[in-house]
Amino acid sequence: MVWQFKADRPIYTQLVEQIELRIVSGEYSPGSKLPSVRDLAAEASVNPNTMQKALAELEQNGLLYSQRTSGRYVTEDENMIRKVKDTIALEEIKDFLQKMSKLGFNSQETISLVERIIKEMIPQ
Amino acid sequence: MNPILECRALTKKYGNTQALSDVNLTIERGRIIGLLGPNGSGKTTLIKLANGLLTPTGGEILIDGKHPGIETKKIVSYLPERTYLNNWMCVREVIDFFKDFYSNFNPEKTYEMLKRLAINPDDKLKTLSKGTKEKVQLILVMSREADIYLLDEPIGGVDPAARDYILNTIISNYNENAAVIISTHLIADIEAVLDDVVFLANGTIALAEPVDKIREEQGKSIDGLFREVFKC
Repeated sequence: MVWQFKADRPIYTQLVEQIELRIVSGEYSPGSKLPSVRDLAAEASVNPNTMQKALAELEQNGLLYSQRTSGRYVTEDENMIRKVKDTIALEEIKDFLQKMSKLGFNSQETISLVERIIKEMIPQ
Repeated sequence: MNPILECRALTKKYGNTQALSDVNLTIERGRIIGLLGPNGSGKTTLIKLANGLLTPTGGEILIDGKHPGIETKKIVSYLPERTYLNNWMCVREVIDFFKDFYSNFNPEKTYEMLKRLAINPDDKLKTLSKGTKEKVQLILVMSREADIYLLDEPIGGVDPAARDYILNTIISNYNENAAVIISTHLIADIEAVLDDVVFLANGTIALAEPVDKIREEQGKSIDGLFREVFKC
């Protein structure tokens, strides 16, 4: 996954979201150790203080935990990861539905379109 | 602890031209600061005052609580706009030169970074391209364990890939007790690495704020805000 930032929002909130995505997608697996702040900052080409702020927030909401001497780890609580994953999915779907309604599709039309496209994408 | 850099009513005139007027600014350790402003807004003047190449017309500038001088030069690592290295030297000789000059210079760091950029220490400077020369110079400056780095247009002359490398060099080489001041026009390229920005306009400070605060409150990037504030 590539680190990318949009212009209109703080970088640290975008870092939080992108690290969340990496955790729920399994790129950072449960219980695994995260690279150091410095390395992560260099990888994402962002300021180390900004990365630190993002990691602190993720620690506060429980997705990460730190061990005093050995570094920062992804939570082993797979339920919690699952919950974050569901929240992200819900947000994506709400977003999508809003866009569809702007285009003038009602729920029923949207659902049948989605079904049709899924069938086309995954041939039986 | 003293702030690493402090300007108090700092003023600089060149004849009748007012380069800086009544600038008050405090910079703390551990921050990366973007010094931004249109051409002729006073960025280079401020940096030159900070390392003692110029003296103030009025007010004062303090580095770690001291006026610029021999003591502050030990803790200030300065990358000028233009190269001052001797063209006839090879990279290795310049490294030895720096080793003689600065007690906080760490040559191992230099060699490591040169190796990563595939620059041969035995090459003569005059055989290097403009961009490579700029990289060498930045590597030398970042190899000092300084308390404040003053980088005047560090990415102006290099290609985008090298720009990324240079920014990474800056992020991974300064320590938490040091501050880095980067002056540049290439805002979009550097804004993700900055803690704070200082906008200079006609020799005065138009804005000095944390980057994320600006993005949060204005809903736009620093680059976008700059274009708006300094619209021609």
